[in-house]
Amino acid sequence: MTGHMLNRTIVGLYFLSFFVFLLGPLVVMGVSAFNTSTYPRVWPIDGVTLHWFEALASDATLLEGLRTSVVIGFWVVVISVPLALAGAIVMTQLFRSAKSFYYFVVVAPILTPGIIIGIATVVFWRDFSGLIGLRAHLYNGTVLTVLAQSSFISSYCMLIIMARLQRFDLALEEAALDLGASYSQVFRDILLPFLRPALLSSAVLAFLTSFENYNATTFAILADKTLTTVLAARVRSGTSPTISALATVIVILTIVATLVFEWIKRREDRRRAVRLSAARAEEAAELAGP
Amino acid sequence: MTNLSMTFAATALILVVFLLIVRFDRRPGEKRVKFFTRNGVIVGLYLILCVGFWCILTIIMPMVFMVDLSFHPKLPPSMAGGPEDVFTLVNYRMFLFGSATSTDQLNWLHLRSFFSTIGISIGLTFLNFAVCYPIAYYMAQSASIPRLRLLVLLLIIPYWVNDILRAFAFRILLSYNGFMNNVLTWLGITDTPVDFIGANVALYLALVYSNLLIMIFPLYNAIEAQDHNQIEAARDLGAPWWHIHLFVVMPQAKPGIASGMTLSFMLMAGAIATPLVLAGPRSLWFTPIIYDRFYQLFDWPQGAAYAMALLVACIVFVLGVLKITGLKLGEITK
Repeated sequence: MTGHMLNRTIVGLYFLSFFVFLLGPLVVMGVSAFNTSTYPRVWPIDGVTLHWFEALASDATLLEGLRTSVVIGFWVVVISVPLALAGAIVMTQLFRSAKSFYYFVVVAPILTPGIIIGIATVVFWRDFSGLIGLRAHLYNGTVLTVLAQSSFISSYCMLIIMARLQRFDLALEEAALDLGASYSQVFRDILLPFLRPALLSSAVLAFLTSFENYNATTFAILADKTLTTVLAARVRSGTSPTISALATVIVILTIVATLVFEWIKRREDRRRAVRLSAARAEEAAELAGP
Repeated sequence: MTNLSMTFAATALILVVFLLIVRFDRRPGEKRVKFFTRNGVIVGLYLILCVGFWCILTIIMPMVFMVDLSFHPKLPPSMAGGPEDVFTLVNYRMFLFGSATSTDQLNWLHLRSFFSTIGISIGLTFLNFAVCYPIAYYMAQSASIPRLRLLVLLLIIPYWVNDILRAFAFRILLSYNGFMNNVLTWLGITDTPVDFIGANVALYLALVYSNLLIMIFPLYNAIEAQDHNQIEAARDLGAPWWHIHLFVVMPQAKPGIASGMTLSFMLMAGAIATPLVLAGPRSLWFTPIIYDRFYQLFDWPQGAAYAMALLVACIVFVLGVLKITGLKLGEITK
């Protein structure tokens, strides 16, 4: 019995220290955002202030970076999700070595360090955009960053969509075709609605991944600025509590977003359970009927 | 031959090989529906255009171009494709032996940085695994559902804070006048503050910190698939706890372990934000060296060669993991 108690204590202590390690740095940073001291620190507390949050709201460079990040995130979603959908569908129509070959190509961006994707994108598009005569339009930081990020974010999205596609019942498609539906109708009215949850979550994932990406962005962004590259320049040149304030805002937004997401998921689970039991009851009533 | 035509040729070759495989690698007597019959014209075009754009213009061609560029000398744009634009190993020579004027036998500065980055990343990957395994095991085999949800929430929060801010948090925590040193001196453990950043402790901790979730989720998925009865059976038969983990749980969780380790290694060796913010004066992570080739020296071919060195290291690591575990690529990238 004491052995069991000892075991539980050790496990408890391990979890405690793990989560102190996980959340401690964020808490310390959060507290430093409220300290009047111009150097971000927790102790000694010179006074409590919201000054750093005000400074954040009037910081033109940061806001410009934020805007670019949102624009890039938007285009990454618009490009990656359709690419990933096409990629996942093609995967189901290839077999044997062709499938392995294709799989290797589309998964490679996940296993390649982000900086290498950024570098390859910049060096290639510098020359290629010149060749197709669109250098003035294509060779700029925002476009290149969208291209570089899309290459690996599409791979992530494809894996999400593939997971759902594996559960797709091909009989549904055949039935629709037999009943006279055209191929594009099957695609639009059967496949897309079935994949909707996966498409939505891959869109969310694509935006968030793009928003917080630094590795590929730092090479591809050229003269433009995203939130992460502005932050990196700030953090390197010196520390300021404004950065802590920004991080605090991001952490709070993350917590709110995760809670909302969790709440939506639970509500859907509950609804599905209700619908399922209603359907079962109906079925039972029919079977027991006259 | 200019860079681009070389890239086009190589890409065309890859495409032809792919089409040949599609055409000829089938079982005898097997019947296939034609692509456009199967999808219809509109959807078929959408699939081909999208997959073509993605694979060719954003994956294959940039990569091939970078490889090709690393074998060319640095030239002003007007001379590109001219008689001086020859195939050369000068960029790799620079990485291995230093510049032509250097008197050293080898380019120790860069080689040491390269090998220590790889070595330390491998070490930190194992540390990361050791830290995450108990958590993943508990989540997969013992936690109740409400508790599991809470744990996942707590794990996700730090994940969406970007690398720069995470590194910044560690700087506040571990700098010379930082919170950790305040606590240590207050507790009387040290009289003088410890230089965590100079000793690279901050860098290593932050690298592990950034990759906790990358390790935990694949591990969790793999361990969760294990039948709990097997573990019970092993326990009933008197296996000590470490036997159960080493010979019952881990062999089954091999794909998850391989996946977590591969991603974690790749993200550590390729990390650039964390070393920029937290590297001490004596540490030289390899990625900032690559960055400097590009945006300090503006020598893109040399930067491409240095990037190739990192890429080759990552490929060797992935192949090594696949070889040791006997898994296929598809099993570790789920």
